[in-house]
Amino acid sequence: MDKKKILEVKNLRTYFYTHEGVVKAVDDVDFEIYEGETLGVVGESGCGKSMTSKSIMNLVPKPKGKLEPGSSIKYYGLDEVVDITSLSPRSKEMRSLRGNEMAMIFQEPMTSLNPVYTIGSQIIEAVRLHQGVSKEEAREIAIEMIRKVGIPAPEKRVDEYPFELSGGMRQRAMIAMALSCNPKFLIADEPTTALDVTVEAQILDLMQDLQDEFNTAIMFITHDLDVIGEIADRVMVMYTGKVVETASVDEIFYNPKHPYTKGLLSSIPKIGNKEELVPIEGTVPNLTELPKGCYFAPRCPHAMDICREKMPPTFDINEEHSVKCWLSEKEGGSMNEE
Amino acid sequence: MLNYIIRRCLMAIPLLIAISIVTFIVIKLPPGSYLETYIAEQQRLGGEVTQDRVEAIKQRYGLGQPTYVQYFKWISGFPRGDFGMSFKAQQPVAKIIKERIGFTILLSLATVLFTWSLAVPIGIYSAVRQYSVFDYVFTFIGFIGVAIPNFLLALFLMFIGVKFFGADLSGLFSMEYMGEPWSFGKFIDMLKHLWVPVVVVGTGGMAGLIRIMRGQMLDELRKAYVQTARAKGLSEYIVIVKHVARIAINPFVSTIGWMLPGLISGGTLAGIVLGLPTLGPKLLDALKTQDMYLAGTIMMLLSSLTIIGTLISDILLAIVDPRIRYE
Ligand SMILES: Nc1ncnc2c1ncn2[C@@H]1O[C@H](COP(=O)(O)OP(=O)(O)OP(=O)(O)O)[C@@H](O)[C@H]1O
Ligand code: SF4
Ligand SMILES: [Mg+2]
Repeated sequence: MDKKKILEVKNLRTYFYTHEGVVKAVDDVDFEIYEGETLGVVGESGCGKSMTSKSIMNLVPKPKGKLEPGSSIKYYGLDEVVDITSLSPRSKEMRSLRGNEMAMIFQEPMTSLNPVYTIGSQIIEAVRLHQGVSKEEAREIAIEMIRKVGIPAPEKRVDEYPFELSGGMRQRAMIAMALSCNPKFLIADEPTTALDVTVEAQILDLMQDLQDEFNTAIMFITHDLDVIGEIADRVMVMYTGKVVETASVDEIFYNPKHPYTKGLLSSIPKIGNKEELVPIEGTVPNLTELPKGCYFAPRCPHAMDICREKMPPTFDINEEHSVKCWLSEKEGGSMNEE
Repeated sequence: MLNYIIRRCLMAIPLLIAISIVTFIVIKLPPGSYLETYIAEQQRLGGEVTQDRVEAIKQRYGLGQPTYVQYFKWISGFPRGDFGMSFKAQQPVAKIIKERIGFTILLSLATVLFTWSLAVPIGIYSAVRQYSVFDYVFTFIGFIGVAIPNFLLALFLMFIGVKFFGADLSGLFSMEYMGEPWSFGKFIDMLKHLWVPVVVVGTGGMAGLIRIMRGQMLDELRKAYVQTARAKGLSEYIVIVKHVARIAINPFVSTIGWMLPGLISGGTLAGIVLGLPTLGPKLLDALKTQDMYLAGTIMMLLSSLTIIGTLISDILLAIVDPRIRYE
């Protein structure tokens, strides 16, 4: 792959120190994202998807949450490589990355915008902060962005408050704000979960159009595999804070290796598919009381003796496909040194 | 917006009328007529009441006529600034109130300013540093402020003033400025006295306001827009002040309504102890001596202040919160 690397996450461990014990929200996660591609991130609720993205934005809630030593998040979008884990969350350097180089769209379009400021002023705030332009110029940019995300009558909408917009329009405004400074990397944390299906489709189209235009790398978090099929180039499957499988979107859908990925796939309805829907049995274990060996073993239909003894390493099936499961060792996957 | 304000003002009118009726009933409550009270009072003072005077008073207050006539006679004086007579002081009620209303409002505003300028930042800081030493210390101090009775604090401060600074802090002015025309020196002298009742009355309400601000901040800090603001790259100061506190303070604004009259009646005890020329002590006095026109007018004033305060709250709230403005 000749594509330019934008972000590299290595050995990322984000732990919460709570009264109940240490919650390993993100536990030794490795991945990379390249310019212009969309990495889909899937997994059941609580498996650490949002915490991974918050770690990248350096917005892990303090003081309970903490990145463990050895974690590394490298941003390649600037001339010099920046290790985000070495920056203090409130430092100038970190803040000049946030919203400027990398932006984030959140799940709740209803509450993600400040209710007492117009959408225009919220976009202008970001633009002025990072681009050092005058109020008038920033307003022009804001109107242009609002137009780009397909909100009708942008000159009028720019002065409206979030509550005057529908959910879909608000999410468009959110996208306009996130993209207003041309970030090279965009995290979308379940941006369409709260929207109905037609609006969702529109927003996904919009994001793809804008991605084509700006060549943005997108990390798209969702638990909806249909959405993944729609938008992602590569897919990362997470379970209990760990990445269990990474592959191209085709590989994930047609050649899934990890029993958890297979479970997720067979629990969604597919058009023209006559197989019965089989939800994954059992529930996600409590992150403070994880089982020995493979964390998925208690729910896994293929669990073997070794699974209950030793955590499987990550095996590379091919250049683009890696799986964290003992079954892949038998299939001849080569062990990844990490 | 203008519509909203006009609508609000119109809604206040029936309320004011209702209050005036209740007040009038209260005025009529004590046994005996004003006239009897008046004559008795005059005789006690050794004066004679001529038949002409009796007739004039009867005419003015509609005595002997049906109650509603009396009510209208009483209320129709209001636009002219005629609120009846204080039988005890032998003065028009309007004059007594005029002497005191200025200081009362001054004191109230100073107290509001004092409590807000401390409670808001402390509330914000306590929320941002929840469970820190600072948070606990200020919660503790705040509750001490509530727990100490106003009059005790007033006495204590006066004691400190005399003992350590050799200054009499009671009243609003020192002896030499009493009854003097306004001058810069008099103004400074007033400030020297003003802080005592401001602190005394202010500390009583401080803890409650800190708790409100802190709670509001904690509620708001959990909301998604805070993450959005941080994700934009805004500094934490801007996030807290421009985004979170800006919203957390909204419900605060609605406390103005009950704060205004509360400050006047709440300041009564401190007013008595400190000998302040405000309305609180006067009201108590009037009630004790059944000086009903004076008492009634002050009560009417307090109730009107509540309504005006609520009106101000609502309008301010509409200004600071677009969601209300557009409803
Ligand atoms: N402030 C916190 N204190 C303690 N544990 C936390 C905290 N925030 C998150 N966690 C834990 O971290 C884990 C990962 O949370 P995260 O929000 O990343 O999940 P997610 O994959 O995004 O789930 P969802 O699909 O529901 O959004 C969860 O199990 C949660 O219990
Ligand atoms: S390692 Fe074993 S238990 Fe874990 S997913 Fe693979 S087969 Fe199942
Ligand atoms: Mg999440």
